[in-house]
Parts: sequence; C-alpha cells; structure tokens
Amino acid sequence: MMLAIDLAMVIEKLVLIVVVVSASLVIAMYTTFAERKVAAILQDRRGPNRAGPFGLLQPLADGLKLFFKEEIIPNFSSKFLFILGPALAMLTAVMTSAVIPWGDKISFFGRDVSLQIADINIGVLYVFGVVSLGVYGIMIGSWASNNKFSLMGGLRAASQIISYELAMGISLIALLMVTGTLSLKEMVVQQQQGGWGGFLGWNILKQPLGFLIFLICAFAECNRTPFDLPEAENELIGGYHTEYSSMKLGFYLFAEYINMFISSVIMATLFFGGYDMPFVDEAGLSPNIAALIGVAALMGKVIFFIFLFMWVRWTIPRFRYDQLMHLGWRILIPLALFNMLVTGAVILYFNK
Amino acid sequence: MQALTNRVKVVERKPMSFLERMYLPAIFKGMMITFSHIFKKKPTINYPEIQRPFSPVFRGLQVLNRDEEGRENCTACGLCAVACPAEAITMEAAERQPGEEHLYREEKYAAKYEINMLRCIFCGLCEEACPKDAIYLSETFTPADYQRKQFIYAKNDLLIPHPVNEPEAYKKALGNKSTKEKVN
Repeated sequence: MMLAIDLAMVIEKLVLIVVVVSASLVIAMYTTFAERKVAAILQDRRGPNRAGPFGLLQPLADGLKLFFKEEIIPNFSSKFLFILGPALAMLTAVMTSAVIPWGDKISFFGRDVSLQIADINIGVLYVFGVVSLGVYGIMIGSWASNNKFSLMGGLRAASQIISYELAMGISLIALLMVTGTLSLKEMVVQQQQGGWGGFLGWNILKQPLGFLIFLICAFAECNRTPFDLPEAENELIGGYHTEYSSMKLGFYLFAEYINMFISSVIMATLFFGGYDMPFVDEAGLSPNIAALIGVAALMGKVIFFIFLFMWVRWTIPRFRYDQLMHLGWRILIPLALFNMLVTGAVILYFNK
Repeated sequence: MQALTNRVKVVERKPMSFLERMYLPAIFKGMMITFSHIFKKKPTINYPEIQRPFSPVFRGLQVLNRDEEGRENCTACGLCAVACPAEAITMEAAERQPGEEHLYREEKYAAKYEINMLRCIFCGLCEEACPKDAIYLSETFTPADYQRKQFIYAKNDLLIPHPVNEPEAYKKALGNKSTKEKVN
C-alpha cells in the first residue's frame, strides 16, 4: 500500500521535473529570440524574421548551428575543468527551478498534484545556495581556458557576483522578517491573502526598497547590462567564454538566459505574489482553472521581468569596474542594511 | 581670462542634486526614450518581398534592343564605343547576307559586341550616342560573379529577348523605361 502511493508520487514528481526543466529550456531558447527581437524593435530595426513565420524558428536554427560547429578544446587548457565549467553553469541554472511554486494544486484523476517539485521549508536558502554555486561554472571555465582574457572575465564575474550577493541577501532578510518564512510556497500563500483581491498582499508594497535592491542585484547576478563586465566584448573579447566554441559556448549563453528566467520567476514570487492573480480566488472558479490562470499569471509577470531585463540592457551603458564596486559596497549594502533596520523597527513597533 | 571668441559656452559644473545622484530618475527617463522607439516607424524595407522603386533616370545594365519583329537594331556604327568615356565597348561589324533580313534591321550589323562591365561606369553616354535606339540602360544591376572574365558581356548576354518568340520576357526586359523613350 505504501509502495503504491510512493510510486505514484515518484511518477508525479518525475513528470513535473521533466515538464519544468524542458519548459525552462524552451523558454530560455525563446528568450534568446525575444532578446534579438526586442533589441531590434528598441533600435528601430526588424530583427530576425526569415526563419519561419515572424522568424519564430530562429532559435532552432541557432541551436542547430551551435551543435554543428567545431568543438575546440585549447591545447594548454585543463581539459576536464574546461568541460566541467559549462556543465556546471548549466546544471546550477536548471537546478534552481526545483523549489519554485509554479502554481496552485491541480486535481488530476482524483489526485491533488502540487505544481511545485519540492516544497522545502528553506526554499529561499536553497535558491541562494544554488545561485552562488553558479559562479563556479564561470570561474572554473575561465580558469581552465588558460587565457588571460578569460581569466580576467572570470575574476570580474566572481568578485561581482559575490559582492552583489551580499546586498541581495541583506535585502532579502528584511523580506524574510516580514513574511516570517523561508518557504517560497508559504510566501505566495501569504501574499494571496491581502486585501483588494490579494493585490494589497504583494510584498512589493511592504518592501519597495528591498525590491529595488533585489532587482539591481539580480541584474548583477545574471551578468546583464549594465553589469555585463565579465563578458564585455569590447574589453575582453568574449570574457570568460573567449575560448569556448560550439555547444559548450551554447551552454554558457543558455545558462545566462535560464538564470534570467529563474531570477524573473524569483522576483515575481517574492515580491509580486507569484502565481497570485488578483480577484481570481474570489471569483469562485473551479480549482483547476484557477490554478491554470495562476500559472499564466506567473508567466505574465515573468515575461514582464524578462522584458525589463532587455529593456534596461538597451538603455543603460556598462559600468566601469570601480563604479560597479562602489555601487555594490558603498551604496547597495548600506541601503540594504538601512532597509533591514527600518523593517525591524516597524515590525517591533506594531507587534508590541 | 578674456574670452577669445564670442562663441564660448560656459560649462556649469555645480555638484549634482540628490535626485540626480540617485540616477534612477535619469535611468527611468532613458528607459522611456527607448520604450518610445517601439512605436516608431522602421526605416527598413523587407527587401525580397518589397523592392524599392528605382528612380526613372536610373542607369543599370545595358540592353541591346530589337524592333517589333525581333530584328536587331544595332548597325555597328561605333558611335557608342566612341562616346564611351571608360572605353568599355568593343564591336566588330559584318554585312547582312541575303536571307538574314529577319535577323538584322539594316544592311550592317554587329557580329561581335562586348561590354566590359568592370570598366563601364554606367554613365549612359552610349544610350545618348546611339542613332538607332539600339542600346539603352535597363533597371537591373550587373550581377556579381566569381571571375573577372565573366564580366565581359557578349552580345547574347546583352540582347533583349525576342519580342515575337518570348513576348513576356521581352516586356519584362523592356521595363517602363524604353516605352517612354520609344517616342524619339
């Protein structure tokens, strides 16, 4: 009896894992397409429009091209680490999706299926742990290339990500003080219960400064412009992936886009109510439809954030390295500490 | 210090206000500018689907003309070769034999007629020099090629399609240009 239930759960989770991972891969693929298209439109160009209707097959063509390119492993590189680098980057990028609540429960053949792979009570910590592992992929790959430009890019990436992780963590502590939980699912449930159809429960209203700091740090963590110093083409050729070719390069680029997608999901979950769509809970729809609307709502928020990433990319030029460090250490960290202090004081004042 | 010209502009270097030092309003303003570009008209023309119309005076690849019955107009008088500032045109004349009246309009014709497209500057002086309306510049470009010798266009490369045997190709090659100039 126990075994039967376990088997069903294993199948359920396996299906969920396959769906989530392949969905995030496909979304990352089409993010590359969206990036080119958005870049083109913001610059009054047309963007890729030859492959398929509206150029929709362009990411497939790009992927195919990367697969068929020659694999070059430099002679003086450390071969094992050279291969490990992109693998690690890809792995950590995909792993994060495990704890994200993609939607509410769906009943399916009389079974309640939670649209979350693992509802662990330290979800936020898990995300942080895995995301900070992601820098190893870049560091190992850049160091193993045995190329000075690569190494420079890797060093930049490492110091940048570590610096901004601090401010990000501190801004999150203030949020955790408000929510009182580390579970992402729990946070979404809390945000659903605010007034005005759940909209007033969104954490962005309680932690606007925290969100701003988190957003800026998320840009830095994803190596996106204005923080794209690790792969600054005009300074470092290709940065940490200078020596990479073929699908290994593809993995690095892909990992960046998956990271972008995942950090958009995290921002939507932490600050914008996750799969909460205002007024849907009150409408009295059947739970399955409500859950699907929730998934769609989460995707809508994610698409907005991904657009924001691109929008900022084509607006702001790159920081100089000292400006980057100045912003991280002397502005964002004190600001995050201040935010934490004020949040603590307010909570103490109201809970007296 | 005394200004050297009256065009001097004094640059203000006062310290930035708090709002300016926050940068976020400026960034937001910049983002609004990029956002407004979404709605701007794109200057790009979707080339193979939409082709930009040539100007009526466009001078492209030369075409050797025929009359309505498909006879070659050219009499190999050599005026085009003389007029050509780039010396791109060479020709050899021949006499029309009895029985060739359906091929050539006059008693003399060009047995060989070559234009070196690498030398040609597409000035259109050959067209102006021609007394027989035998050569005109069409609205196509010279296509690219891999070898220099491929750019020496012989008579069969230049001749317009036969108006009786291939009327559609003839019309296409004629374009809207020569109809207008048929008047003279």
